[in-house]
Amino acid sequence: MFRNVAELVALAEKDNVKIAEVMIRQEVEVSGRSREEVIAQMDHHLAVMERAVEKGLQGVASRSGLTGGDAVRMQRYIENGRFLSGETILDAVSKAMATNEVNAAMGVICATPTAGAAGVVPGTLFAVKEKLRPTRMEMIEFLFTAGAFGCVVANNASISGAAGGCQAEVGSAAGMAAAALVELAGGTPSQAAEAMAIALKNMLGLVCDPVAGLVEVPCVKRNAMGAANAMIAADMALAGIKSRIPCDEVIEAMYRIGAAMPVAFKETAQGGLAATPTGRAIAARIFGASAASK
Amino acid sequence: MKYKSVFDIIGPVMVGPSSSHTAGAVRIGLVARKLFGRKPAWARISFYGSFAETYRGHGTDVAIVAGLLGFDTFDERLPNALEIVRAEGVDVLFSAEEAIPHHPNTARLHIGDEKGELELVGISIGGGKIEIVELNGFALKLSGHHPALLIMHNDRYGTIGAVASVLAKHKINIGHMEVSRKEKGKEALMAIEVDQPLTDDLIQELEQLPNIIQVAKLID
Repeated sequence: MFRNVAELVALAEKDNVKIAEVMIRQEVEVSGRSREEVIAQMDHHLAVMERAVEKGLQGVASRSGLTGGDAVRMQRYIENGRFLSGETILDAVSKAMATNEVNAAMGVICATPTAGAAGVVPGTLFAVKEKLRPTRMEMIEFLFTAGAFGCVVANNASISGAAGGCQAEVGSAAGMAAAALVELAGGTPSQAAEAMAIALKNMLGLVCDPVAGLVEVPCVKRNAMGAANAMIAADMALAGIKSRIPCDEVIEAMYRIGAAMPVAFKETAQGGLAATPTGRAIAARIFGASAASK
Repeated sequence: MKYKSVFDIIGPVMVGPSSSHTAGAVRIGLVARKLFGRKPAWARISFYGSFAETYRGHGTDVAIVAGLLGFDTFDERLPNALEIVRAEGVDVLFSAEEAIPHHPNTARLHIGDEKGELELVGISIGGGKIEIVELNGFALKLSGHHPALLIMHNDRYGTIGAVASVLAKHKINIGHMEVSRKEKGKEALMAIEVDQPLTDDLIQELEQLPNIIQVAKLID
């Protein structure tokens, strides 16, 4: 089993296969299940992601009323045609938000790597679908590639906001998505690793400060920006740009930053945006004054 | 390594909003339900650390109760678990504790009815994965990295051997095993970590053995 990104890339290069194939082979070995079963399960998870995006694009609202409707708002803006950045990237932003709005509304999603960060990977995949026209199997492979990089982060750092802040959740998801985008677009395993490094570098230090403890504010918009970050990082890597700090060292830095991060910034709703006057007022409105005074 | 399966990362499929605070909490509740073997008449649920700070926001309370009702992480009834449990007459109380736990996402569940009680401490380690660190006062040292079984049984000769034989028949290797009991001849607990995946057929076969009270899978 690969322990880090360097080993993962080396395994793919040695056998001249995709990162996705390395992950599929390992899953078959670890689980004792057949290749067909493993691929069928990922196909099911892909279908859950598709349904979540569809549902979010119809418009949903969370119980608190804090989130919902922004995915639809962005789609209308794209249709309007007068956007500043690009259609694909805004589509990724919209579909990432769609997933997280469904998550906040207690709908069914697939955690990638967590529920709070579930928008980034599917958002980017479904946005590039129009342009790259992947087969169903290539879309399934995208998820195996993202999962392979996610495994490395989970084993060497963290994918939990309570342990490592938002950098561990949306940061990890952006890195995973960037790497998978590169592979889907025809990039090499080492370019995928560069994309992961570039995306994650730009998420370092990001705190987990959910208003009222809800996975809504700022989580939905952090997923939007995580998706945008992943798209740009993938384009940078495909352009041949390299990270001066190797991917594994970026992951190590993320772990150390997470360990040094005060508890107030690790999913406790005590610091950052949660502790702003508006953040506290929202908490008081939803849970009463005692919750907001903590 | 803690994470070996790609589906720990691309998964679980779950009702939102939080894998650690919702899906992990469902799984802690489910383990308690499976070990208790029936719907409890009452439940006292204590939250520690991040769970104590944010349990209402993440629906951790709803999620643990959903687990106690036997709902899985992707069950569409999950958001209504509190209403369902109250309608079914289960007396549920939640408390946020000040004590600092070893892990930020810790919950203690004390459940029971006129026939018995069960108390366990579970932690949610991220991405929906959990560990059970204490059961009925027995401290558990399961790594959480391998498929694991918890078996409540009567403290009688041959019970441990019978369980080991069934595992051997299914070609399942035991990597780590703990056996503990409160008193000679009374209720005892086996905690077993294995190297191969655990199927439902195997669990059913273990449940049929003499002197076995309950069997629960911690990790597939």
